[in-house]
Amino acid sequence: MNLWQFMLQNHVEVFELTLEHLWLVAMSTGLAVLAGIPLGILVTRQPWLNKPILGGANIIQTIPSLALFGFLLPAPWIGARADRLAILALMLYALLPLIRNTYAGIKGVDPAVIEAGRGMGLTDRQLLLQVELPLALGVIIAGVRVATVISVGLATIAAAIGAGGLGEYIFRGLAMVNNSVILAGAIPAALMALAADVGLGWLEKKLSPH
Amino acid sequence: MDTPTADHVAIEFRNVSYGLNGGTEVLHNLNMDIRRGETLVLLGRSGSGKTTTLKLINHLLAATEGEIRVDGRALREWDVIRLRRMTGYVIQEAGLFPHYTVERNIGLVPKIEGWPAERIRNRVQELLQLVGLEPRIGSRYPRELSGGQRQRVGVARALAVDPPFLLMDEPFGALDPLTRVELQREFLALQKRLQKTVVFVTHDLREALLLGSRIALLEAGRLVAVHTKPEFMASQDPLVMAYKQAFDAGLGEHS
Repeated sequence: MNLWQFMLQNHVEVFELTLEHLWLVAMSTGLAVLAGIPLGILVTRQPWLNKPILGGANIIQTIPSLALFGFLLPAPWIGARADRLAILALMLYALLPLIRNTYAGIKGVDPAVIEAGRGMGLTDRQLLLQVELPLALGVIIAGVRVATVISVGLATIAAAIGAGGLGEYIFRGLAMVNNSVILAGAIPAALMALAADVGLGWLEKKLSPH
Repeated sequence: MDTPTADHVAIEFRNVSYGLNGGTEVLHNLNMDIRRGETLVLLGRSGSGKTTTLKLINHLLAATEGEIRVDGRALREWDVIRLRRMTGYVIQEAGLFPHYTVERNIGLVPKIEGWPAERIRNRVQELLQLVGLEPRIGSRYPRELSGGQRQRVGVARALAVDPPFLLMDEPFGALDPLTRVELQREFLALQKRLQKTVVFVTHDLREALLLGSRIALLEAGRLVAVHTKPEFMASQDPLVMAYKQAFDAGLGEHS
């Protein structure tokens, strides 16, 4: 049975797994944005936190994904369901590009502009919301883009712990030594990564101030 | 109690020093009065401490020793944000917000001060006219403007809430000579009308003589002297002499 026949016959399942995959990626990246951007801002305000926070996020990146799933397994509530576990692990991986790009984006704002803002009497909060974040937005979105694309790829491994997603087909195909089944998981995942890359790239361009 | 002249003094420096963390002293024991409504020019070469002096006034830098008084009140008794909002600040290259239109750049401080939209719009139009810009420029972004236009917007933005003080750090330094002369003339005309207390930093003696009511010469973090124009031209102080010599060619008509 070739790839197209397989996908046609199983189109409902392909659709469901794609949705599951999207859910894992969207939840984990969303949570990473919610945590990573504030952490990145914090690092610009408290330079001494630079090493522990960026160092920590760096170390997480070096843990192989399967091992990270294993580490998180004993965690209460999180370990109880495979999708929670997968979302947490994927979020941890997405943190680094988000923290780093938020930090770099804010640090990259022209110091003369910041000084002018301060000199005009903007409070720290006004300076952040009106000047620094809007000017850093392009770089921050670039971080979201990297995190999302990585996350689409990594989420396939979540199937190994039973969290579902397109990785199901990849692992099943590997077990069956059936390339069509592997590709039925790999191709939609690749298309999803491409779509995220193009879409967020467009957004990045649109939101960059120059 | 207040001396008879206290009313005319807007900003006072009393034994003010500023040092970096490493201990290098950038400014040493500065004593100086800035009078209400005058344009005091801080003149000096690069690294003489003139920009530092300026930033001490709006507390972008904090003096390590001594006291600065604005309107008779020590700086530490001021709410820094309030102080800065009543102190217009213009820097080289204007420091405009690149993501805001000219209109929003000028209207930002009025907006955070809670002015109604209608009043902001009128004020922006009024200011654009005041600095010699056409009203339609309000919808443009800073990158779409020439250097001279940007600097004009910078001045308009600093004047937005009609602050009594204006701090200008080489505002015309990056402009071509013709635009520069144009803006200097306009500044003079503007200052005649508005009578702000202006502190103006420059390394250009010609600009200092043209714009300043008085000139404070700084050298290596120390105040050499505060002179009116005639005093400056008559001074035999070696540092003042050196400055006059350096600009000799252009100063013939002044003396």
